[in-house]
Amino acid sequence: MFVATLFFVSALVFIVVRLLPGDPATLILGVESTPETLARLRHAMGLDRPLPLQYVDWLARAVRGDLGTSIQYDLPVGRLILSRLPVTLPLAVLAAAMMVAVALPLGIYAATHHRRAGDYTAMLTSQLGIAVPAFWSGLLLILLFSVRLGWFRSGGFDGWSAGVWTGVKSLLLPAIALGAFQAAVLVRATRSAVLEVLREDFVRTARAKGLREGRVVHRHALRNAMIPIVTVIGVQLGQLIAGAIVLESVFALPGLGRLALGAISARDLPVVQGVTLFVAASIVFINFAVDLAYAALDPRIRYE
Amino acid sequence: MRRRRHVTFLLGVVISAALAGTAALSLVYTPSDPLAMAGGSRLQAPTRAHPFGTDHYGRDVLSRVMAGAPTSIAVGVIAVGIGALVGIVLGLASGWIGGWLDEGAMRLIDAVQGFPAILSALLFSAVFAPGIGISMVAIGVAFVPAFARLTRGAVLELRDREFVVAARALGARDRRLVLRHILPNTLAPLIVQATTSFPVSILSEAALAYLGLGTQPPHPSWGLMLKEAQNFLGMNPWFAVFPGAAIAMAVLGLNLLGDGLRDLLDPRTALG
Repeated sequence: MFVATLFFVSALVFIVVRLLPGDPATLILGVESTPETLARLRHAMGLDRPLPLQYVDWLARAVRGDLGTSIQYDLPVGRLILSRLPVTLPLAVLAAAMMVAVALPLGIYAATHHRRAGDYTAMLTSQLGIAVPAFWSGLLLILLFSVRLGWFRSGGFDGWSAGVWTGVKSLLLPAIALGAFQAAVLVRATRSAVLEVLREDFVRTARAKGLREGRVVHRHALRNAMIPIVTVIGVQLGQLIAGAIVLESVFALPGLGRLALGAISARDLPVVQGVTLFVAASIVFINFAVDLAYAALDPRIRYE
Repeated sequence: MRRRRHVTFLLGVVISAALAGTAALSLVYTPSDPLAMAGGSRLQAPTRAHPFGTDHYGRDVLSRVMAGAPTSIAVGVIAVGIGALVGIVLGLASGWIGGWLDEGAMRLIDAVQGFPAILSALLFSAVFAPGIGISMVAIGVAFVPAFARLTRGAVLELRDREFVVAARALGARDRRLVLRHILPNTLAPLIVQATTSFPVSILSEAALAYLGLGTQPPHPSWGLMLKEAQNFLGMNPWFAVFPGAAIAMAVLGLNLLGDGLRDLLDPRTALG
C-alpha cells in the first residue's frame, strides 16, 4: 500500500518534469549547440528512449539514492540534500515540539473548561493564530527581536560546528513563528476531540464510580481522544516541513527550501526534482507512520 | 451559547463583506495609483496623505493593499474551484465504480497529499515560469485530496440507500443516479469544505508570492509586498505591518464565516 503510494509520488514528479517545454539537452548545451552534440547528449542522458523506460530507469536510480547531478554545483543531488537537512530537519522538529507542548495542554484545558472564560480565551487566541501567516509573524519577530531589541540576528546560520546553542538560537525565532501557527490549528483539534470523548457514556460511568475528575480526563478521556489528535498532528508534520521551506526564506537559513529556490533561478532542474521527490516521499512516509501509530494507540485497530 | 455563535458569525460576515467590498472598490477607485512611483516620498511612515505609508518606490501602500485584494480573491476562487472540480470527479468515480479504480484513486490521493502547495509550486516554477497561474494550480492540487475523500465517503454512504435503489429500479442510468441523486445530497459538506479552503488558499497565495513563486511584480499582492518590505524593516517597519495585517484580517473574517456556515449547513460536525 505504502509502496504503491510512493510509486504514484515518483510518477507525479517525473511526469511534471517531462512537461518541460523544450528538451533538457538543449537546456544544458544552449541553443547554439550543433545537432550532433545534442544527439550525443540526448543519447547519453537516455532521452532517446521511450518515456516509460526512462521512468523505470530514473526510479531505479532514485531508489538507490542516485537523484542525478546538480547542473549548478556539479555535485550529486542526494549529497546536496543531505548537506541541507541539518537545518530543515531541526527547524521542523523544534517547531513541532513547540506546537505539541503549547497546543495539547491548552486544548485539553479549553475542553475541560468548556464554555468558561478560559475556553473562550483559548479559542479566540487560536482563531487569531490561524489567521496570521507564519512568514508574517516571522517578519514581526525579526522586527521586534533583531531590529528593535537586537537580541537575535535577523537571519543566517553558521552551522552546528559553531556550537549547539548558536545553532538553536538561529532556529528559535523561525521555529516560534512556524510552531505558533500550527499550534493554533492543533488547539482547536485537541479541544474538539477531548470534548467529543467527554460526552461518551464510559466517561459518565467513570465519574459515577466516583473517580476524581483529573483521573477521568487522563486515564479515560485522553487515551480515547488521542486518535483524532494524532491524525491532525500527522497532517501538520507535513505542513511543518512545507512551512519550514518558507521560514528558511524569511530567516535566510541554508536549508532544503533555499536549495530548491536557488535552483529555480539557476534553472537547476535535477535539484528541484530531487528536493520535491524527497520532501513528498517524507510526507507520505509520515502519514504512513501515523497510520501505524493508530494500532499502537488503539488495540481495536489491527492491520493485516 | 447560541449568542456567541451569532456574534462571531456576524463578525465573519462583516469582515468578508468588507474584503469583497474593498476588492470591488479597488477595481474602480484607489486613493492613489497603486503603480505610480514617487521618488521624493520613499518609505514614509503613515501620514495624512498616505495612511499606510509608502513603499521603496514611493508608491501608496494603502492603494497597493486595496489592489492586492482582488488578486487574493481571484487566486482563492480559482484554486478552490480546481480542487473541488478534480476532487469531486475523482471522489464520485472512485466511490461509485469502486474496485481497482477506487483502490488506485485512493493511493493517488495519498500521493497527492505528499505535495503541499509550496512543494508543487516549487516543481511547477522550475519546469514552467513562476507566476500567478502556478499558484492557482499548486494550491488547487493541494485541495484535491480533501474534496475527493469527502465525496467518496458520501457516495459510499448513499450508494445503497433506498432512494438510490428506487431510482435505479425505475431505470435511471449511472449518469443520472450520480448527478441527480447522489451529488445533490453531498453538497452541504462540500460547500463547507470550499468555504474553509478559501482562507487557506489566501494564506498559501501570500506565502507563494512571498517566495517569488506566485504573483510577480509590479502586480500588487500582499505576499509580494511583504517580500519587498523585508528589505526595509529598519527604515520603514510600517511597510511590513499593513500588508500582513490585511492577510490576517481577511483570513480571520473568512474563517469565522466558514465556521458559522458549517454550524448552519452541517450541524452534525458542529461542536460548541
